[in-house]
Amino acid sequence: MHLSTDIWVWIAAILTLCIFSFLYKDNPFYKFAEHLLVGVSAGYFFVIYFWNLIVPNLLTPLKNGFGTLFTGGGFTGDLAALVPGILGLIILTRLIPKIAWMSRWAIGFYFGAFQGIVITGYMQAYILAQIYGTFIKANNPVFSLALMGDFFGAPGWGKALLAVSGPLMILGVVCTLTYFFFSTEHKGFVGGVAKVGIVFLMIGFGASFGYTVMARVSLLIGRLQFLLRDWLGIIS
Amino acid sequence: MNLYEKFLHIDRRYIFILVALGVIIPLIWPLGLAVTTSPPVENVYNAVEELPPGTPVLLSVDYDPSTQPELSPMTVAVLRHCFSRDLPVIITVLHPGGPGLALEISDRISKEMGAVYGEDYVFLGYKVGSSAVILSIGQNFRVSFPADYFNTPIDEIPLMKDIQNYDDVGLAITMSGSTFPEIWVAYAHERYGQRIAAGVTAVMAADYYPFLQTGQMVGLIGGLKGAAEYEKLINRPDDGLKGMDAQTIVHLFVVLMILLGNIAFIFVQRAKRREA
Amino acid sequence: MRRELPLAICFIMGIIMTVQFFIPHYYSQWLFDNMLKWLIIVLTFAMILGIGNLVKIHFQKIQHRRRDWLYSIVALFGVAASLVTGFGWGIEADSPFMVLYNYIQIPMQATMFSLLAFYIASAAFRTFRARTVEATLLLVAAVVVMLGRVPLESIVGRWLPDFAEWILDYPNMAAKRGIMIGIGLGAISTALKIILGIERSWLGGGD
Repeated sequence: MHLSTDIWVWIAAILTLCIFSFLYKDNPFYKFAEHLLVGVSAGYFFVIYFWNLIVPNLLTPLKNGFGTLFTGGGFTGDLAALVPGILGLIILTRLIPKIAWMSRWAIGFYFGAFQGIVITGYMQAYILAQIYGTFIKANNPVFSLALMGDFFGAPGWGKALLAVSGPLMILGVVCTLTYFFFSTEHKGFVGGVAKVGIVFLMIGFGASFGYTVMARVSLLIGRLQFLLRDWLGIIS
Repeated sequence: MNLYEKFLHIDRRYIFILVALGVIIPLIWPLGLAVTTSPPVENVYNAVEELPPGTPVLLSVDYDPSTQPELSPMTVAVLRHCFSRDLPVIITVLHPGGPGLALEISDRISKEMGAVYGEDYVFLGYKVGSSAVILSIGQNFRVSFPADYFNTPIDEIPLMKDIQNYDDVGLAITMSGSTFPEIWVAYAHERYGQRIAAGVTAVMAADYYPFLQTGQMVGLIGGLKGAAEYEKLINRPDDGLKGMDAQTIVHLFVVLMILLGNIAFIFVQRAKRREA
Repeated sequence: MRRELPLAICFIMGIIMTVQFFIPHYYSQWLFDNMLKWLIIVLTFAMILGIGNLVKIHFQKIQHRRRDWLYSIVALFGVAASLVTGFGWGIEADSPFMVLYNYIQIPMQATMFSLLAFYIASAAFRTFRARTVEATLLLVAAVVVMLGRVPLESIVGRWLPDFAEWILDYPNMAAKRGIMIGIGLGAISTALKIILGIERSWLGGGD
């Protein structure tokens, strides 16, 4: 066991244990660590926004633009950054209740733009490509008669699975979509199809739950690796 | 309250202790369980492996410290792979919590692999507005990234001299703990035909299989297991592989608790029916 | 005009960004480039707004001595420490700002989320019951994926990870695709409603 001699590792380890103390019950150590995290994070974001965004994308072009203007070079495209700069300042009026209504102009600007981008992007990626992929994979049909022929020609479990998987996938997509179609009552044939959709959804959610357990455990492994390796030096 | 009911109402802090021990013990005394690779991870590895040396790779570090234990191991493995194959790496960040992580990893791995800043890799920093940034790269990197993270104008960086947009990038890999991979697919792949691979947390991994099937993603690295598989493929064991034993033990423990919980529940229900 | 002008701006921007996708002309692309540049700058201020709000809330808590106001001092101290180090010494890899990030923010934020491992184990034990056929299916799929995605092949053989991979590739993928198509349709209809001014909740309350 080789305890770390780095003061910052000790600070990180103590703060880690303060957060872990919540597992026993809420306590002042946890609250202290939580509020410190909130504060440091907020300050961190502000600094990053300033150095990574405001300086290169706004201040530098404005400095260049005004520099050229005042040295007789005339107007350049850099000065166009004034428009989003002013819109950005208008957003900050949201903090002043009397003139908060002005921020709607800037919000309308970026909100409308992003919704416009969403329409074409999502139509292609989420709808058209997914519908295409349901029936065609790598230029071959998903519902493959050739694979079925292979199975009947020389039956085996592996070939059966291959032959059935494609049609099963198409069935799953159609049934799941039927489950989410609420304009028709889920009775009779539609009800039956929706029930099959539920089966696929349960398998999907089960797979997601299994992966979620894996994700959370991985996060814990990472933190305990830090404590055992970097702080206590028990593992290499 | 009979034994089964007592078991079902056990103080959860005992479960917490057992989970902690399930992680600590295998970390201290590894079991050495062998990891095998899966096609989604192999596809990412092959996509990088097939790029001719000198082909730029865009690596987007789109996660924050909350998912760092899962995603940093895979980011490190991919970066090592790229440097070992002489593939220049352009690092961007679309998550505000990511710049520090990207900076630390790129700094550490570049020193380890002898990669030179400005020639073998460049860190362009963070920009807000994911879809806008991804679309703008398709026009020209300079639209969103006029300078790098250190505020050096992009045109003064040797690596970026001949790189304009996605046409000059062989593969874009996003490491993300949220919905950034979908946005990369929707805008970079669908609009500009850019090949996309993703490293995601295990929580997200199951949701991205439709993109794998359509070929919208070339491959997917999912969770710490995915990181372990990639480390095995590049033959460089690190945090991913080291964590697999602990992962196995805790998974077995959770499955056991689910089974025991259901068995106890059945006995409790039977007892209640008998009483009724 | 306090509500009509923003709606009009939203409509115009939405139409521009939708229609430009179909117009490869030079001026359409020039407009697109500049709109993207502007969006990034405007959004930056929107993010800063969130931080400003947080600081305002903590100041008010201290001012009015509300419950746990002492912790608000800790929060504001954290903000100040980040700002002073970030603006004073820059954001390079070995700067004091990055030291705060690497040894305070990363450990605490990562640990906060790692607590979920304990809670998910406890929740799985207490609530995961095979009461119905659907719940049993969910449970079986979860167990197969949990065991198939860890290195147990040397003990139980390849059938388990192969079965887990098959579940992910086919039934899981089918379900997620159905959900994805639904999400796509929902997102597009919401986008249209916002652009056309049918959905106005983003304007907020008041005049």
